[in-house]
Amino acid sequence: MKLGFAYVLLYIVLAPFIGGFLEGLDRKISARMQRRVGPPVLQPFYDVKKLLNKQTITVSTSQMFLLITYFVLMVLTGALFFYGADLLMCFFVMSTAATFLYFAAVVTSSPYSSAGAQRELIQMMAYEPAVLLTCVGFYLAAGSFNVADIAGGAMSNIVFLPGFFVAFVFILTIKMRKSPFDTSASHHMHQELVKGLTTEMGSRNLAIFQITEWYENVFLMGVVGLFIVNSNPISIAVAVAVILLVYFLEILIDNSSARMKWQQMLKITWVVTLLAAGVNLIMLMVVR
Amino acid sequence: MQIVPFLIIFPLVVSVLMFAIRVNKVRNFFAYLSAVIIMVGAGVLTVQWGMQGFAPIALQYDATMVDHVILAAEIILMILVTVLSFKYKKYWVSLLSILPTGLIAYFELNKPALEEVGQIYIDHLSILMCLIVGVIGGLIVVYAVGYMHGYHHHHTEFEDRRYYFFALLFAFLGAMFGFVLSENLLWIDFFWEMTSICSFLLIGYTKTPEAINNCFRALWMNLLGGCALAVGIVYFGYNAGVVSLHGLVDLAVAGNKVAVIPVALIAFAALTKAAQLPFSTWLIGAMVAPTPSSALLHSATMVKAGIYVLFRLAPAMAGTTTGFMIALIGGFTFLVTSIMAIAQSDGKKVLAFSTISNLGLMVACAGVGTAETIWAGVFLMMFHAISKSLLFQDVGATENALHSRDIEDMHGLLYILPRLAIFMFIGIAGMFLAPFGMLISKWAALKASIDERNIILVFFICFGSATTSFYWTKWMGKIISASHLQEKTFKDITKKNEVISLTIHAIMMIALCVLFPLISRVYVTPLINEMFGFGENVLPDAILYTLIVVIVLVFAVPFFAHLYSKHAKVNMKLSYMNGINTGDNRKFVDSMGEEKTLWLSNYYMHKVIGSRKLMVPSQIFTVAVLLIMLSMIIGGVLV
Repeated sequence: MKLGFAYVLLYIVLAPFIGGFLEGLDRKISARMQRRVGPPVLQPFYDVKKLLNKQTITVSTSQMFLLITYFVLMVLTGALFFYGADLLMCFFVMSTAATFLYFAAVVTSSPYSSAGAQRELIQMMAYEPAVLLTCVGFYLAAGSFNVADIAGGAMSNIVFLPGFFVAFVFILTIKMRKSPFDTSASHHMHQELVKGLTTEMGSRNLAIFQITEWYENVFLMGVVGLFIVNSNPISIAVAVAVILLVYFLEILIDNSSARMKWQQMLKITWVVTLLAAGVNLIMLMVVR
Repeated sequence: MQIVPFLIIFPLVVSVLMFAIRVNKVRNFFAYLSAVIIMVGAGVLTVQWGMQGFAPIALQYDATMVDHVILAAEIILMILVTVLSFKYKKYWVSLLSILPTGLIAYFELNKPALEEVGQIYIDHLSILMCLIVGVIGGLIVVYAVGYMHGYHHHHTEFEDRRYYFFALLFAFLGAMFGFVLSENLLWIDFFWEMTSICSFLLIGYTKTPEAINNCFRALWMNLLGGCALAVGIVYFGYNAGVVSLHGLVDLAVAGNKVAVIPVALIAFAALTKAAQLPFSTWLIGAMVAPTPSSALLHSATMVKAGIYVLFRLAPAMAGTTTGFMIALIGGFTFLVTSIMAIAQSDGKKVLAFSTISNLGLMVACAGVGTAETIWAGVFLMMFHAISKSLLFQDVGATENALHSRDIEDMHGLLYILPRLAIFMFIGIAGMFLAPFGMLISKWAALKASIDERNIILVFFICFGSATTSFYWTKWMGKIISASHLQEKTFKDITKKNEVISLTIHAIMMIALCVLFPLISRVYVTPLINEMFGFGENVLPDAILYTLIVVIVLVFAVPFFAHLYSKHAKVNMKLSYMNGINTGDNRKFVDSMGEEKTLWLSNYYMHKVIGSRKLMVPSQIFTVAVLLIMLSMIIGGVLV
């Protein structure tokens, strides 16, 4: 119980730093892949600091309150996760948070923002089955939806869940807004979407969005780690290694692929989910 | 318990009264009064039953006389259907009424010595149904008084037959009370037929060719279910010597072979009533009727009758082929109709598809038939009843003001018709957003279907919940987007009684969400206990606390965030349009150098996943499933 609260506190305090640092590394590695020098690793923090000090410029007054709600719900998602609560509930709260992000984008009635938001919605539809099935997988492997129980098993869950792992890493590309699935808020400049969903978010609002993304990424990496962690303390080190590897993989995919249309994204994601998680699920149900 | 016969007979008497009074104001007065009496009556029944210790009560009457009256009434209904079928040249439909009525009549006259059991059964489930029918049905009547006034004001092309409309509404309520309180299967059969015919007449209210066509579709599908029901009852009566619902369930749970076929046939009948695939089209066609009847069909009555029967049969279906069939059809309907809902832009159609989809989930819960799934199903039913009634009434009121019920026209509804938009928002939130109960029900349904190793259902739920969120979120986004319109072009002309009904619904919705853990503990867990004989709290404490945290945060955070951001200093700017805005966010300069208004639209993908594309294949699939599995079940017993 007390340990759970300690983790929650650590998450709330450290997650933005870890998330920001990971993003800094991401930018640096991406730059090296493109044979550029790239910004300093701490650049994301400088950016956010600058955004926070600017005056708030916005198209719609209600955007800020929707973004704050998005932020708090996302922090709650991670807090529930690191507390060791029910995994399915975590993802339910996460999807509610994502709904508020959608609201924050469409409330402006700006063309680019709305177009991006529509695609964000399709992304949500694309990744949700894989997310729910991942919970199902953990439940079958560990006999509980509780994160604490799942992490406290004698064996790493990935042994039972290789297919689910593949499916989850696959949708991670969508969740982390990486190419080829960055259809809602293209992070590369000069595209037809401008900045999609985030087009109308400026200054402080954009800072809130950015920090929320960091919290979200840390939570998602936590779920990746959950595949590895077991009662043996060494597994935590392995988990960190796997997380870094997965993150690197995402960067590699991001830099080596072109953006897809949403139709392709939806189709491919659902097919991968059905194949990888589905086959794994059927086998698991037979075994367990 | 005088209140039980009162609840059944009173609405029927009012129905005759409604038909007789031709002065609108007088009729409206009596409609209000009777609606309130019905609501109070449902409350009194609950209290009286509670004072007797919340235990199941079987009431037995010396009812030979009533049996005869019911038989006579059934024959009158048959004659009515036959006459109307011939009038509109749908001759074959009359057969679906003549055959089961003949069968039941034959059974009544030549019945074997039947075991004496109670005719009325009161327990948690039937009380819950009574409350839904009484309170929501009553509110719909209140709403209908105002709505129908405006309806005939706008639609002068239809004959004003409000006396007939209200007579049907009350008859429907009476039939529903009779249906959920009856224990005697023959009574259940009668009230079943009565709801089928009431809905048929309501759908055909406007008498347009489309209405006639759709109401006959509803009629034949429901009568087909009625046939299965009658055959099941008569078969059971002859073989088991008893015609009580609990007798049937008890025999089935004990593994008696005699009960297998009746359970399968009655469950099949419930599928037609709950508008599951392949019988979904009748509920979509039912939208041609005025809005109060849609609200009634979708939330308080009709479709809930199907769900009620399935919940009753759930212990009998658990782990059997019938249960598997029902779960398969339900899960499949949940997924496919939620995909079809994405392609709809007509507000009422989205509601119709989402009703079918949600019913699918409830049906699947009943098919799996464990304590957990029924717990989830009961909550789904409660949330769905309130939320759908609210949404239908709200879309009806919005249509009156906006002259459109297309979701695309609801862009910026929050700024055009703020009151109606907020009600709509609450209703939609109740349908899918955390922390409203839909999510926790989905949680329980998912957990139970994993425990039962029902892989197919797990997939249906995972994919179906993704598609469900899509069409609801899309709609909610439309409501809150900044409006395209310059000034207030539309006036909120919602009548006072409509607002009263909507407000009460919204309050109930939020109360249900906040009190949800409490209701689970004091009401739904005992309900499960009654049904399965055991009932540990389905909701684990850990989840309960998580849920309370989420409930508090989801309500509090937007509130405080709103307060904060209201006082934050902001610099308002135009939205980004490549620098071709023309002074505000609503217009831009087009390539010809002229000013053009900006219109934003949602994705519908109707070319890929429209109901025209998906409906027929899924109907074929489900018909095949039903045929194969029913013949397996029946063949398995007979051979």
